[in-house]
Amino acid sequence: MINIVSDKYKTVKPEDVKVWFKAASTDLFPIDGGACVKYKDLQIAVFNFTRLNKWYACQNLSPEKQEMVLSRGMIGDHKGIPMVACPLHKKTFSLENGENLNGDLDAIATYPVKVENGFVCIGFSE
Amino acid sequence: MKTIIVVGNGMVGYKFCEKITAKEESKNFKIIVFGEEPRPAYDRVHLSEFFENQDAKALEMAPADWYSENNIDLIVGERVSDINRTDKKIITAKDREFSYDYLVLATGSSAFVPPIKGVEKEGVFVYRTIEDLEGMLAYAAKIKEKNPNAKAAVLGGGLLGLEAGKAVMDMGLEPHIVEFAPKLMPRQLDSRSSQVLQLKLESIGLNIHLSKATNQILGDKAITGMEFGEDDVLDVEMLVVSAGIRPRDELGKYSGLEMGNRGGIVVDNKMQTSDPNIYAIGEIALYNQMIYGLVAPGYDMAGVAVDQILGYTETLMPDEIDMSTKLKLIGVDVASFGEPFMPASKGHSIIFENKTQHLYKRINVSLDGKKLLGGILVGDATDYSMLHQIFLNGMAIPEDPAQLILPAIEGGASFGDVMDLPDEAQICSCENVTKGQICGTIESGESNDLADVVSCTKAGTGCGGCKPMVKDLTEATLKSLGIEVKDSICEHFDFNRQDLYKIIQVKEYKTFNDVLDNHGNGGHGCELCKPVVASLMASINADTANKEYAIQDSNDRYLANIQRNGTYSVVPRVPGGEITPDKLIALGEIAKKYDLYTKVTGGVRIDLFGATLNQLPLIWKELIAHGFESGHAYGKSLRTVKTCVGSTWCRYGMAESVSFGIELENRYRGIRAPHKIKGGVSGCIRECAEARGKDFGLIAVEGGWNLYLGGNGGATPRHAELFAEQIDNETVIKYIDRYLMLYMRTAKPLQRTAAWQERLEGGLDYLKEVIIEDKLGIAEDLDHEMQTLVNKFECEWTQAINNPETMKRFNHFVNSEEDDDNLVFVPLREQKMPEKWV
Repeated sequence: MINIVSDKYKTVKPEDVKVWFKAASTDLFPIDGGACVKYKDLQIAVFNFTRLNKWYACQNLSPEKQEMVLSRGMIGDHKGIPMVACPLHKKTFSLENGENLNGDLDAIATYPVKVENGFVCIGFSE
Repeated sequence: MKTIIVVGNGMVGYKFCEKITAKEESKNFKIIVFGEEPRPAYDRVHLSEFFENQDAKALEMAPADWYSENNIDLIVGERVSDINRTDKKIITAKDREFSYDYLVLATGSSAFVPPIKGVEKEGVFVYRTIEDLEGMLAYAAKIKEKNPNAKAAVLGGGLLGLEAGKAVMDMGLEPHIVEFAPKLMPRQLDSRSSQVLQLKLESIGLNIHLSKATNQILGDKAITGMEFGEDDVLDVEMLVVSAGIRPRDELGKYSGLEMGNRGGIVVDNKMQTSDPNIYAIGEIALYNQMIYGLVAPGYDMAGVAVDQILGYTETLMPDEIDMSTKLKLIGVDVASFGEPFMPASKGHSIIFENKTQHLYKRINVSLDGKKLLGGILVGDATDYSMLHQIFLNGMAIPEDPAQLILPAIEGGASFGDVMDLPDEAQICSCENVTKGQICGTIESGESNDLADVVSCTKAGTGCGGCKPMVKDLTEATLKSLGIEVKDSICEHFDFNRQDLYKIIQVKEYKTFNDVLDNHGNGGHGCELCKPVVASLMASINADTANKEYAIQDSNDRYLANIQRNGTYSVVPRVPGGEITPDKLIALGEIAKKYDLYTKVTGGVRIDLFGATLNQLPLIWKELIAHGFESGHAYGKSLRTVKTCVGSTWCRYGMAESVSFGIELENRYRGIRAPHKIKGGVSGCIRECAEARGKDFGLIAVEGGWNLYLGGNGGATPRHAELFAEQIDNETVIKYIDRYLMLYMRTAKPLQRTAAWQERLEGGLDYLKEVIIEDKLGIAEDLDHEMQTLVNKFECEWTQAINNPETMKRFNHFVNSEEDDDNLVFVPLREQKMPEKWV
């Protein structure tokens, strides 16, 4: 069952976006923090990286113990790479490409984000 | 195989064993050690510490099984009574015989008891062994029962006498020091430094009587007083004789070894006695017509004897033995080195004296002003290590030698960098470790920090006097190798937590970005610095975790403890563990309603597990309606003050531990610190609240509370240390306020009070000076800061649910009311638990 969950999450590149899902109003996301968006049966962590004036999205599932928690992690940077730290054991993942920055866990899936008319939209390929 | 018999298992006898087993050749020898005392060798230098913790094990040089692990036969409780030199045998008091090839005598000394009339009376003790101390403790307790204000005297105002004075004071007796000479420590100090020391000791409660010759001890069976002259009597109920030492040289005498006229077994620079198969080391060895009563020369002698026996015949005792000493007497630094007293014909003395601060510094320099010959320091011996090194190595001194001892002027160049010392400079005289060895172990990569250096070289493991210098050398060497030793909190700041505390306080920053933009390295923060700044904001501005929740650690962000599957547990505060049946029922009903796994925690509170983000505010709301508030189980803040039931119910209780525990818990609730804080209050010495395992612990005794600080359980358990005795509630609160505030100001991130206190320079004594005596003049600030935090307390749960803005975070999805559909629970003993992790 575990594998089935994580298999659902695959990185979507900007050029492969077929659906821009209008998730929620920007003011529902904390400054320099994240919240979780439900899309079909997926849980997507979306981060309002205000200091960089950027938005990031990745799977909410932590690959370490398969728990839905990444949106509750602290964000920041490690040596300049924007990252999120898993709240369970502080495993850090690049928000740019999903790579685990302080260990050799599997990379997490990342998704394109854009803001339109005050709404956060996440790009999916299906 | 040849046999080495060591007679005597004191510090020097032990050192002989340690040094010989460190050498490969020792495998060719059978080693047998005899000790007369019932226990293996212990650290006699720090004997007075036995009073603080009554833990004989803590003083051990090595545990009993160390000897067997090193193939040494240790025979304790059996005195060696004679030597048969012709047959090379020793005979014990139990009439057993053992043959030797080499015999090492390390029987040390016993206390010298002057032949004063009545000295045999009950209540007269000597100060030498743990058994002596146990005898004194039992007697002190007995006389205190009859007379709570009982007085005790110490005969002898030398080094040991003053230590004994502290011991007597710690036992709760009124301490009196009686000295024959007109000054204290006549062998180490000149008159003026002695006066400074006297002033300081009197200020902390010692009564000092100088130029007193004791004619007789008064009393029938037990001592009731000391008579000095006809009308000159001091009423005391106990006396500790500490009038010097006498070598335990009987074995030498009986077996016809060459002896000194006034005792001691004569040795040459190989530590050999007049019998080439017999060596004598430590306080029984008469070397250059002198008995050396210090540990360092004794250790050197042990090393020489080891090398001589193993065939390294070039190792010899030097002609001149350095008698420099630095020690802390009852919390007062006293040090002397080189020639402390010097006739004016040989050089000049430069003296700095400040009686208001109880400070005295004297250095003696050669007539041409180029060499340091010796000196005395009382009250502050921080310069000792450097001065001692300058003296030992004959290093050049500044043109104006006064710079060596004058208080440093801000911005002025300080003289004497440890790295300027020559490689052969001896840094640790107890273990004979040079600067070259310390730097070498780091340069070779064997050691990477101070702890490594200490374990590799043993530097600092003897008297500990060289520790600051070892630390400086370690840091300077690491720095020279380009290894960073700074303790900055993460890559985003070049500051440590203490620096940031000051910055935020002074600049009055209110947000994480203020701090990062003005003092960071240009990045965006991370999981290390964000919680640190969040905690500092809380400690300084009394901010709760609701204010900037995105910089909080996971638990603080959601005001609950994240558990294995990403759900949370909820712990309401139950101050002191006192709870009404109605509240207990309410907890049960709420737990049942939300199907929460329920357990009593390690801190004896009730923890409700398995709440989802969406449920948290609903659960809090119900708890608050029943009179509960947040228990801060998620925060680096006060958890519980554990109490025993105390005198309200207990037939042994001496004070109302529950009432006081509740007061303390309510006082410090919600205050954020570098790490969690726990308290304990026990109503009597049976200690059912395990208060000594807490950051602050109280035990009720006759006349008030004993306050213990800096304990914890966890991975490195540590007992809290006794900080103050028999104090009232108000004083307890004052001391804990200042202690916690100081800890919050200066500890490293995630450092418990125990680790902080252990690494604090000056340790418990320093804390007492700052907290009780207000040495730094900050007590008022600390009091004020703590009171402000106490006054600003707000329940974070109530705050969170009353603010729509901060409520936003308690939804699993930002775009749906649904809960996390990934959660799987399995049944467990009529409750539930998360599915096991793979």
